[in-house]
Amino acid sequence: MRYKSVERMKPIGKHSLLGASGEISDFQEILRYLNELILYDNMWDNGNSLGPKEVHNYLTRVMYNRRNKFNPLWNSLVLGGVKNGNKYLGTVSMIGVNFKDNHVATGFGNHLAQPILRQEWHKNLSFEDGDKLLEKCMCVLLYRDRSAVNKLQIAKITEEGVTINQPYSLKTYWEFSTFENPAQGAIGSW
Amino acid sequence: MDLEMNLNAPHSMGTTIIGVTYNGGVVLGADSRTSTGMYVANRASDKITQLTDNVYVCRSGSAADSQIVSDYVRYFLHQHTIQLGQSATSKVAANLIRLLSYNNKTMLETGLIVGGWDKYEGGKIYAIPLGGTLIEQPFAIGGSGSSYLYGFFDQAWKEGMTKDEAEQLVVKAVSLAIARDGASGGVVRTVIINSEGVARNFYPGDKLQLWHEELEPQNSLLDLLNSS
Repeated sequence: MRYKSVERMKPIGKHSLLGASGEISDFQEILRYLNELILYDNMWDNGNSLGPKEVHNYLTRVMYNRRNKFNPLWNSLVLGGVKNGNKYLGTVSMIGVNFKDNHVATGFGNHLAQPILRQEWHKNLSFEDGDKLLEKCMCVLLYRDRSAVNKLQIAKITEEGVTINQPYSLKTYWEFSTFENPAQGAIGSW
Repeated sequence: MDLEMNLNAPHSMGTTIIGVTYNGGVVLGADSRTSTGMYVANRASDKITQLTDNVYVCRSGSAADSQIVSDYVRYFLHQHTIQLGQSATSKVAANLIRLLSYNNKTMLETGLIVGGWDKYEGGKIYAIPLGGTLIEQPFAIGGSGSSYLYGFFDQAWKEGMTKDEAEQLVVKAVSLAIARDGASGGVVRTVIINSEGVARNFYPGDKLQLWHEELEPQNSLLDLLNSS
């Protein structure tokens, strides 16, 4: 693991947040595209601003078009935001698969976190509950995903704007009694 | 980015394994992660396996291959002990491992470090890497995590350490490798073998020292937000 402090979430405009997994150089390129998009939007100076739905659609087009040219941007993207009180959460994959849902994940998160989220997400989550739920998912991923590193960031998007918290680490638990001497009953096993 | 989570990939212990001699015996160390592709199949494996009362082996590479090789050697050593009338030496154990590793080199994928104490030669470490070479060394490192430790040992290893110095070195080294190698992780296990016997130790992941870019673990972001 060469780079253990890469920030993979960035605010987009006033209303959205983009998170990416996969090739970081491609993510940086996408940020350049979006920066240009937001810039042109601001230049109209007409009070309108691109919301998460529009940004998600733009990203979908970009990813799908690259896929069609057999030169994909190697990322899985998560786009979230709030505009005019409406909450939005969507995802786009490197082949252009895109959809919206109440909870989305990339990579191993689809296998390990989504089942937890399906059980425990509900529409009246507070920020604290949401945070604890995400941390529960991230902890499982930390135990079970080889490519995981114990450094994560939580971001919050509300009508007021985007807040990305500082990176932090989670406590892990190793003190199960069977962990101490697992091969005791069967020498030579794992 | 891996779109396919290859759950049918062979169980591999990416691993970091270490064996170190000190002025009275040996210290063996290992991480505890066993993976199937990118999935961590077991986060608390025991890779330091007993061969006899006074000889242990650190296993790396294919989980299946290393287990079967150590099972065979344990069996042969048991018979040898009965025939010999006294404990087997670490040299014999290492040579048996070598025979199996070398003669089946096209089929096996396992790197092993044998460490033990006997009354003739004291503490000894033998490395048997992939091709079946047998090499006796004052210390040995193996597994995918060992790549990150060559420089560290060049600097930190010295002859004639005490038992505690040797164990601290091993724990620090495995911990450093875990920090950088995705195929290593979990807890650090050590086994100390000397004239007095065998001692097993266990260092949970969260009790290890923090390295560069690693942060103090928290229960939750909420604690951080509430305290500031």
